[in-house]
Amino acid sequence: MLYFLQHYWWMVVSLLGAGLVFLMFVQGGQTLLFLTTRNKEEKTLLVNTFGHKWELTFTTLVTFGGAIFASFPLYYSTSFGGAYWLWIAILFLFVIQAVSYEYRGKAGNVFGARTYEGFLFLNGMFGTILLGVAVGTFFTGGEFIMNKNSLTETLSPTISYWANATHGLDTIVVPFNLAMGIVVFLAARTLGTMYVIMQVDSPELVSRCKKQLRITASAFVVGFVLLLIALFTMTGYSVTPETGIITPVKYKYFINMTTLIWPLIMLSAGVLLVLTGIISSLSEKSRYSFYMTGAGVFLAVWSLLICAAFNNTAFFVSKVDPQMSLTLYNSSSSTFTLKVMAYASLLMPFVAGYIVYVWRALTKTQISSDDINRPDAHKY
Amino acid sequence: MILASLVDMSRLQFALTAMFHWIFVPLTIGLGVIIALMETYYVRTGNEFWKRTTRFWMKIFAINFAIGVATGIILEFQFGTNWSNYAWFVGDIFGAPLAIEGMLAFFLESTFFAIMFFGWNKVSKNVHLLSTWLVSLGTILSAFWILIANAWMQFPVGMEFNPDTVRNEMVDFWAVVTSPVAVNKFIHTATNAFVLGSVVVIGICCWYLLQKREEEFSRRSIKIAAVFGLISLVVLIWTGDGSAYHVGKKQPMKLAAMEGLYKSKEGTPLVAIGILNPRKDIRRMKEDSLSYMLESPYIFNISIPEGLSLLANRKMGTIVPGIEDILNGGYTYTNRNGEEKIAPPIEERMQRGRIAAEALATYNKARISGDEANMTEAKKVLDENFDHFGYAYIKDPVEIVPNVPLVFYSFRIMVILGGFFLLFFSLTIYFERKAIIGKQRWFQYLGIISIPLVYICSQCGWIVAEVGRQPWTIQDLLPVSASVSSVSSSAVLTTIILFFALFTALLAAEIGIMIKVIRKGPEA
Repeated sequence: MLYFLQHYWWMVVSLLGAGLVFLMFVQGGQTLLFLTTRNKEEKTLLVNTFGHKWELTFTTLVTFGGAIFASFPLYYSTSFGGAYWLWIAILFLFVIQAVSYEYRGKAGNVFGARTYEGFLFLNGMFGTILLGVAVGTFFTGGEFIMNKNSLTETLSPTISYWANATHGLDTIVVPFNLAMGIVVFLAARTLGTMYVIMQVDSPELVSRCKKQLRITASAFVVGFVLLLIALFTMTGYSVTPETGIITPVKYKYFINMTTLIWPLIMLSAGVLLVLTGIISSLSEKSRYSFYMTGAGVFLAVWSLLICAAFNNTAFFVSKVDPQMSLTLYNSSSSTFTLKVMAYASLLMPFVAGYIVYVWRALTKTQISSDDINRPDAHKY
Repeated sequence: MILASLVDMSRLQFALTAMFHWIFVPLTIGLGVIIALMETYYVRTGNEFWKRTTRFWMKIFAINFAIGVATGIILEFQFGTNWSNYAWFVGDIFGAPLAIEGMLAFFLESTFFAIMFFGWNKVSKNVHLLSTWLVSLGTILSAFWILIANAWMQFPVGMEFNPDTVRNEMVDFWAVVTSPVAVNKFIHTATNAFVLGSVVVIGICCWYLLQKREEEFSRRSIKIAAVFGLISLVVLIWTGDGSAYHVGKKQPMKLAAMEGLYKSKEGTPLVAIGILNPRKDIRRMKEDSLSYMLESPYIFNISIPEGLSLLANRKMGTIVPGIEDILNGGYTYTNRNGEEKIAPPIEERMQRGRIAAEALATYNKARISGDEANMTEAKKVLDENFDHFGYAYIKDPVEIVPNVPLVFYSFRIMVILGGFFLLFFSLTIYFERKAIIGKQRWFQYLGIISIPLVYICSQCGWIVAEVGRQPWTIQDLLPVSASVSSVSSSAVLTTIILFFALFTALLAAEIGIMIKVIRKGPEA
């Protein structure tokens, strides 16, 4: 039972993670604010376009945090408490986003619209990169020490800590993590650009976005392929469930994909959808390009996150001592808690249902400047 | 010393974020219901006046909502970044309400928030109204799950310690959700938010009345807010009484600190107002016992005879233990299994805590070497002493005494202001019914002054609840010193400075925007 629940919850957490990366099209769109827009009106149009959706991304991030805390508390403890600066930086970059939509266009906002636009840009660029870095650590691990039995050392009871003074900043300079960060950023920007093409009723802005899309999407596709090559040639760590002993395995993630098969199918379908979406968005005015690429990104990320922990893989490796690494077996909550939450999670399809309803209600018509300037509109 | 400063820094950072978060959240919870009521009037009557009124208060709601969301995520992350030991030790129980909050409450509010603000012309009136109610419900449900988590820290029920995983594990979800402390805390905090929202509405309307503008808007808004506020306040006071009762039974040290009560007697009085004697310092009890004993706890006080006995025990002539009594033991308290127990002296609890910690270490060594006999023996010792586990980390009995003046004065300010708001709402309803509220300039000034007062009242409530339970993150099972992450105190100091700068800037912007929106008024 516990074995099933641990895997079920990793699926749920990965699903939220994949949903988050897809929904970060909002962040990606925010990076269009400075170079792609020509005037204040276009900026306002862009801010309002993404302003209708930012809450959803933010909520997914909060729920991702809550779900991983509840289902794999040892990860929460080890990664958040260890890679302190990485997570604090992510926090800052998201806090400044949350207020910027509401404050940017309001009189009396003290710092002026440009400051809040700057905040949105910083969130869009570095928030996505750093979250990508955090995702990268699922594959590359971290410099942490973890020993649950330290709790009985009453003078220094800390069970996990970062083994160097950077408190997690070192994760950013790990090439794979940084590459993951950049690819996540490029995915977000690609999706953000495609969302503008789909949703904004402004031919000029859309044509500039199409030009942008060529560059960003090409970089994203190339980056993603290189990242996959790096991932599949990487050494991962395998755990023997009976003993808990952790051993390095060459090409571990490639082996996971080919052993499990279904994540490989998800990944392939994802890549196909991403490419189809991008091509159709560039070649014609397809209403569904954004959704195709979005679904593709979602599937690809979901499959990669599954691959990080399934098939007896350590999903957060201690570089100090691999035996201290985190696996689904040693880091999860108890059977009882996972079961209670699994019941609660059965309501998720209902939640997804109303999200889709609201999404459709607000996205059925394109957004134009006239739209947001109507006297009774809530304008950002 | 280094550890003490790290703990203090981490506490300061969490307190700063929580208090900042609690500026915006109660307003959105309170306003949420008021807005939904107003929109219901609009849909039922079709009167455009109510639509304008609803939309104005929605603007105020939106300005506060975003910043409430932003500060909420910091709190969530801090359980990991700054309290990593805690995250493992109780994550199995504490994490669940947080995750459920995200899945079932937070999505509800943030999804329908979009309809509430951008859907006026995109969905039908009824769907829009439903969305507004759902946002309001979402904010309340959000508070519900968070307060369950918080209440569980104060009264950890429905769990067992698992020595194999070295953490506490949930065994009874309903016990966690329906714990009397949780239910009481939720109602107390939610009604507090309703009262705060009502006072802010009345205060803003009073400003309009003072300016002799928006009279109809103001009077009708005041009417709804005052009635809603008064009903909420009655429930708030009732649950406040319940809260004191639970604290008395389950966290007697908190109650002793709230009262500045050091040594008790039968028929314990309740201090109505008083000034503490700063020279009465519990740390001097051992070093200089004679002069310590000679110091009175108060410089001045007016007490209600039997008041505390009635509040905490519902019975006259009973004893409510003071700080010294708790340190010395011998009083009756309710343990987390709901059993009444005679409390041992703190020194003894510290010793038993260390026995529990040693038994746990022995158990794990025996487990690794496969020594089942030793495992059974160690587990038995651990179980017998686990109620005192957290005391293993306490070095000196006085460490379990919270900051008495802070708790004492916060409690008095909260209660006195609570009484003031009872009068305030009653007067508001009276003036409104007599249709003379527009002429009572002194009352309009009072309405405006009430806005900061209601925030002070609400914040004081948090101080009482959270400072009063120090040093425990989990009552009796884990103190702050054993919960904290192993980061440098300078790193935490840096984040405090960054957060403080950010919060100050955001608060300035928020106030600036609020003032502009209010000045423009509902017709803008």
